Amino acid sequence: MTITHAPAPTNTARITAIDLAVSTVRDLNQALHATDDGTSWVVDTPAGQHNIAVGIDRDLDLVVNGHVGYYFAGMHQKGRVTVHGSAGVGLAENIMSGTVHVTGDASQAAAATGQGGLVVVDGNTGARCGISMKGVDIVVGGDIGHASAFMAQAGRLVVCGDAGEGLGDSIYEARIYVKGTVASLGADCIEKPLRPEHLAELAELLALAGRTDDPAEFRRYGSARTLYHFAAVNAAAY
Amino acid sequence: MTNSYASRGLRESATFDRATINDIQRAATTGIYDIRGWGAKRALPHFDDLLFLGASVSRYPLEGYREKCGTDVTLGGRHALKPITLDIPITIAGMSFGALSANAKEALGRGATEAGTSTTTGDGGMTPEERGQSRHLVYQYLPSRYGMNPDDLRKADAIEIVLGQGAKPGGGGMLLGQKITERVAGMRTLPVGIDQRSACRHPDWTGPDDLAIKIAELREITDWHTPIYVKVGASRPYYDTALAVKSGADVVVLDGMQGGTAATQQVFIENVGIPILAAIGPAVAALQELGVHRTVQLIVSGGIRNGADVAKAIALGADAVSIGTAALIALGDNDPRYQAEYEALGSSAGFYDDFQDGKDPAGISTQDPELAARLDPIAGGKRIANYLRVLTLEAQTIARACGKSHLHHLEPEDLVALTVEAAAMAGVPLAGTSWIPGR
Ligand SMILES: Cc1cc2nc3c(=O)[nH]c(=O)nc-3n(C[C@H](O)[C@H](O)[C@H](O)COP(=O)(O)O)c2cc1C
Repeated sequence: MTITHAPAPTNTARITAIDLAVSTVRDLNQALHATDDGTSWVVDTPAGQHNIAVGIDRDLDLVVNGHVGYYFAGMHQKGRVTVHGSAGVGLAENIMSGTVHVTGDASQAAAATGQGGLVVVDGNTGARCGISMKGVDIVVGGDIGHASAFMAQAGRLVVCGDAGEGLGDSIYEARIYVKGTVASLGADCIEKPLRPEHLAELAELLALAGRTDDPAEFRRYGSARTLYHFAAVNAAAY
Repeated sequence: MTNSYASRGLRESATFDRATINDIQRAATTGIYDIRGWGAKRALPHFDDLLFLGASVSRYPLEGYREKCGTDVTLGGRHALKPITLDIPITIAGMSFGALSANAKEALGRGATEAGTSTTTGDGGMTPEERGQSRHLVYQYLPSRYGMNPDDLRKADAIEIVLGQGAKPGGGGMLLGQKITERVAGMRTLPVGIDQRSACRHPDWTGPDDLAIKIAELREITDWHTPIYVKVGASRPYYDTALAVKSGADVVVLDGMQGGTAATQQVFIENVGIPILAAIGPAVAALQELGVHRTVQLIVSGGIRNGADVAKAIALGADAVSIGTAALIALGDNDPRYQAEYEALGSSAGFYDDFQDGKDPAGISTQDPELAARLDPIAGGKRIANYLRVLTLEAQTIARACGKSHLHHLEPEDLVALTVEAAAMAGVPLAGTSWIPGR
């Protein structure tokens, strides 16, 4: 599998600075929707406000200094976004492509339903990290909470710390890599062998996230595919 | 038939009737619950239990064919910069590509467009066929988020956040393997041929406070242009409507328990939720108490069949109605010309509800290319447009008889109930009395 994530920022020719103590989130978002490819943006004083930088579909670079609230970079489509701080619920939910990087922690449902792109959280995430993920790649430097990768359909979730209860419950075709401990696996999620191709993709993902962890120290988890067809005997798992 | 049994002295049990006996036998044989399409089939208090009081001495009627009776409705003006105006207050409900064939979706879009109304995507994303043929297309935002993407979101004329459906309030979706073809699987990012379950809760929020932030996010992504609807299955309509309004919805869509489904457990369809007749009053009361009746529009659905149902729903305070099952019937579902094939499937024209199986002889609830090819989307579109016109003409006929120059001038005072139950549920007097039970 080849990795198609965008390269690191290069263009710093035009930097627009926005202070959310002065401008509204709505003004910022509309400016980001209307701007050109190749622009650079710095946002200060986000103060945990919700819905910052949602719906970006320009190939731009954006840096936020401070904490952001719910749905930061929701439905992100293009460009590279970095938060120097922590993020609230639904970080980069339904991300399509591009990169979203949070240097602190992220709350619940990080990268939920993400269809593509890369989400990197240097710290920990809350519950439901990668819930219903559909192709996104997620790299978490620390731990993830319970019910993560619930019904995960496609994409890869890399956890350098520990995973909470019910990891990968009802998982479809997504692949999960965990370096630390897994409190428990959810229904139909099993440990699988780490073959050379997995080590290779893991090495690539770790490198993209700027991490130096050793791929050989991870374990791989995925679907046993026993719940793919309804069967009364599985009633307890449904 | 029943009479011939009776004349032989045979008595059918009301509790254990033949269908119930068959259910028990089927369960004992298969060990799995029954999954089917359609909506609740049991008899329920419904619009049939209401009658209009035509004008006479105390009110004067409008002249049929001459005096105007308006039918247009504008949806989404509360917060959206681009509200949508429909020529008729009857919309096509969300039915997924996957549950329905691409031809069926296209036909619904064509018919709705010809009749000047909207159609709605479903759990499975937006198809180009449907977008291309629909002047007003409502894009559903469901817990599964299959195929969800910001490009389609921006292409939508309205966004409908689905919290539930009347056929299964509190339930998720399912699409059985027979219907997960390569195209359907691709749109949902799933393996071909598996039995697919959609979640019943949204993955990234819970509760009304989060919903408010979610609605704000969708507004930000679409630059506040697009109206946002919230769809709920009828169970606690007073609170659900109030919370949807509080969360910032432009439009509330309320689906009663008769509402159709593509595939749900029969026990769910028949036993969860309340009939639409009982749900409209509490929803309207919530809107009125919040001072937003007609500012936040109410669309109701679940068993709408004819223009009288449309007029009654509007008289009770709805701004528009939505149709699912009736639209499928208009397209050709349960058509007697397929009788032999229905029989071969163990059903009969008028009874067929196995939408989950993908073997629909009418080519509607299927992904089989040969069956789907039976439905010509252009001819199907004409049938939908015809049917929508008849619904509109019928509703206008009733409104004029009640002296109304617009369908929205119909009011509860125009209605009486035939049964004590309907009087209590709809909040209109029992016919011939001034008695509204409970008031
Ligand atoms: C075949 C079929 C598929 C449906 N798919 C969806 C869906 O994807 N999303 C949804 O919100 N409702 C879905 N519904 C419910 C309809 O949107 C609508 O609420 C219902 O059909 C209205 O009631 P009626 O069928 O009595 O007109 C579906 C209904 C049918 C019959």
